[in-house]
Amino acid sequence: MQNAEAAQAGLQSIPALLARNAERFGDRPAYREKEFGIWQSWTWAEAATEIRDLALGFLVLGLNRGDHVAIIGRNRPAHYWAMVAAQMCGAVPVPLYQDAVAEEMAYVLDHCGARFVVCGDQEQVDKVLEVGDRAPSVQHLVYTDKRGMRKYDHARMNALADVQAEGRAAQQRLGHELDERIAELGYDDTCVMLYTSGTTGKPKGVVLSNRNIIETGKNTASFDQLTAREEVLAYLPMAWVGDFIFSVGQAYWAGFTVNCPEGAHTMMTDLREIGPTYFFAPPRVFEGQLTSVMIRMEDASRIKRRLFKHYMEIARRIGPALLDGKPVGALDRLRYMLGNLLVYGPLKNTLGYSRIRVGYTAGEAIGPEIFDFYRSLGINLKQLYGQTEASVFITQQPDGQVRSDTVGVPSPGVELKIAENGEVFYRSPGTFVEYYNNPDSTASTKDAEGWVATGDAGFFEEESGHLRIIDRAKDVGRMADGRMFAPKYVENKLKFYPNILEAVVFGAGRDMCTAFVNIDLTAVGNWAERNNIAYASYQELAGHPQVYATIKEHVEAVNESVAQDPMLSGCQISRFLVLHKELDPDDGEMTRTRKVRRNIIAEKYADLIEALYDGRDTVSTRTEVTYEDGRKGEIRATLKIEDARTFPTRTMQKVAAE
Amino acid sequence: MTQTTITPDGRQIGDVLMDLRNITLRFGGVTAIKDISFDIREGEIRAIIGPNGAGKSSMLNVISGFYVPQEGEIWFKGYRRGPMKPYEVARLGIARTFQNIALFDGMSVLDNIMTGRLNMMKAPIWSQALWWGRAEREEVENREQVEKIIDFLEIQNIRKTPVGRLPYGLKKRVELARALAAEPKILLLDEPMAGMNVEEKEDMCRFILDVNDEFGTTIALIEHDMGVVMDLSDRVVVMDYGRKIGDGTPDEVRNNPEVISAYLGVAHE
Repeated sequence: MQNAEAAQAGLQSIPALLARNAERFGDRPAYREKEFGIWQSWTWAEAATEIRDLALGFLVLGLNRGDHVAIIGRNRPAHYWAMVAAQMCGAVPVPLYQDAVAEEMAYVLDHCGARFVVCGDQEQVDKVLEVGDRAPSVQHLVYTDKRGMRKYDHARMNALADVQAEGRAAQQRLGHELDERIAELGYDDTCVMLYTSGTTGKPKGVVLSNRNIIETGKNTASFDQLTAREEVLAYLPMAWVGDFIFSVGQAYWAGFTVNCPEGAHTMMTDLREIGPTYFFAPPRVFEGQLTSVMIRMEDASRIKRRLFKHYMEIARRIGPALLDGKPVGALDRLRYMLGNLLVYGPLKNTLGYSRIRVGYTAGEAIGPEIFDFYRSLGINLKQLYGQTEASVFITQQPDGQVRSDTVGVPSPGVELKIAENGEVFYRSPGTFVEYYNNPDSTASTKDAEGWVATGDAGFFEEESGHLRIIDRAKDVGRMADGRMFAPKYVENKLKFYPNILEAVVFGAGRDMCTAFVNIDLTAVGNWAERNNIAYASYQELAGHPQVYATIKEHVEAVNESVAQDPMLSGCQISRFLVLHKELDPDDGEMTRTRKVRRNIIAEKYADLIEALYDGRDTVSTRTEVTYEDGRKGEIRATLKIEDARTFPTRTMQKVAAE
Repeated sequence: MTQTTITPDGRQIGDVLMDLRNITLRFGGVTAIKDISFDIREGEIRAIIGPNGAGKSSMLNVISGFYVPQEGEIWFKGYRRGPMKPYEVARLGIARTFQNIALFDGMSVLDNIMTGRLNMMKAPIWSQALWWGRAEREEVENREQVEKIIDFLEIQNIRKTPVGRLPYGLKKRVELARALAAEPKILLLDEPMAGMNVEEKEDMCRFILDVNDEFGTTIALIEHDMGVVMDLSDRVVVMDYGRKIGDGTPDEVRNNPEVISAYLGVAHE
């Protein structure tokens, strides 16, 4: 076990890995960031110097062992450096979601007792200042972007570059102290603390140790044979565990390059310029890209459209088999090659996927059509299943065994078991240490033997050994007549339609299922434009009779497919309505990672749910909304409720075994 | 004599940068501006407001040197200014944006902003044509400045987009970027918020304040939206039918009876 030896040899912290990389990959790029229109790059050796300067600067400012350093900002090399620099000083980095409003931030800053806060720009500084007394532990702010910061009171504030300069100046004085602190870092010391967005209750601080991160990075890097030559694009929130594993854990273990886009709005251009070899995106990114490709193809000339259609047909037939290494006839290979030359190659280039060796999607179920589209182009897109408490990886799909409806086999080093009620449990080297300052939650999640409840219900497929996830375990319930109710299962089927952005299904303890539907403004708006349907607002479009008719078709098609499954056929949707506003994290209806918060929605829209069940045709409602700047407003609407056809269960009617 | 004022939010406002004395401008028989005097001090945001046809745009054109007034004197940086050609105005450090956007629709955002730096390019034409030596060096230097402005105004994602394809609000921002590219001493904005929605207005306000704060650029602007003007400006000149009827801080102007009557009409006796 070479790796185990290496770990013994002192690679027991991220700073130790940094030192190794600076030595071994010294002149290979570690970080790139597009700024002023040009990709700036730092080699591992340069990055090591920058990080050291920053760590020394933190020491000058008086950062103690065990302090928490909050980091709030978009993906920038400086912010990754701040995390590693904090680790060097023996402190714990705590990345936060940059779109969090001041209240959410106040809770987290106060809960972890952060003394130092690294802010990306003026906006984040303002938020932290607004928090003020609600997080009394905060003593010093460091900001990355100097813009607009000149007139602030700098008694408790510094620019990150200035902190580095002070650190450089103090090298002689504090270098020894820093080296000592780096040497102290052990395998079971805290590496990072990440707050889970939590579909219920207050966020919890998940403490992950160096062991968790490095073991996970090591195991998964070897699973996909990641090397120092990979390129990744760091564009997902830094507060999300996935970004920490991909852009720090795996990147430091394998020594590959992390590329930071210019800003969130240039991500697609930057993706194309970098052409990552290893890529992660939640399903909505892939969905969004597919939608935009399809919309643009509709606008293309007839020849191009036919060419596209013809070759996509071939790709769908041959592409996945080629990717899985199954035998394919010579003629088909030739056809696919031609298609690659004419269609797939240029298309992949436009999307920025020309060089992808391994791509992952996770977080939500991905529609089979979407998944197959990318795979048929020859993009090795796979699924994984994970959570913050596991340092991401629980299961993942090995090359050659990829399907849209499973989440794969256990990741290396992970043990899995399924409880009586169907809930999935795991145990792995990546399993978190504890919830910070919350022993009760820790105890209820992780048992003495280290098994962690995922909260998801699932089962192993007999022939392939792959795990399939049905729903959140606590969301799986019974309807009034005892039939099984798994809302997510139906919602996912609905969401696979491009017109439907979100769906929330109700029915636990009731005699029928009903649903809220959110339309996708991009797709439906485009359709409206094509059909000369005028609309002034989201609300008006959502309530349009033709939109209702389309959604009704989708709902009925889903009912028909749900009816195929005898176990879940009770989940067919009898009545639905199209919501007048988009579900929004700012209103607390979704988590920051865009997962629906069922209880909050049920509470907030209780009047609508009541109307769904009491047989009314329309319902008037008023809803409070929160704008991006935190102000509140109110929307009033009258919504139509539509009945949908349900289907008899296809197989022989078996009475639910009681 | 140096006088420096510090505003409540900590900005420095310095000496008189431009002094307009008894300006009168006539077009044939029509007198657009009647004997107006006011000054613009270094680092301040100076607004010119007034009802339609009050002569605001004419005033801005006088400041920019496009119109030459029949009477009166214009003093800029302590020198009296005579009639000038447009390029001379630009060299003096005066840049402007237009009420009805005047960008090159077919060119990319980047190229449009680059035109703002034309005055900084000194290389001879043959050298520019060959992209060699001094021309290349200058282009790189200028591009660097332009990229800083692109970053400042947060338009990185449309850098390569042809201006014609952009929505109105963004075009306005690009125009501001082009004016900034000239590194002006005085920036003249002709109705920067006209036709914008609330969000675009708020963005534009922030950018104007940031420009003033970050680069210390003196700004003279014309605007209809009173809310915007009162929030943004340090001092306001109010015009009505070519006359100046008020001059002072937003509060003074707001309480000036003549201004109120010009805007709201007077009660008939």
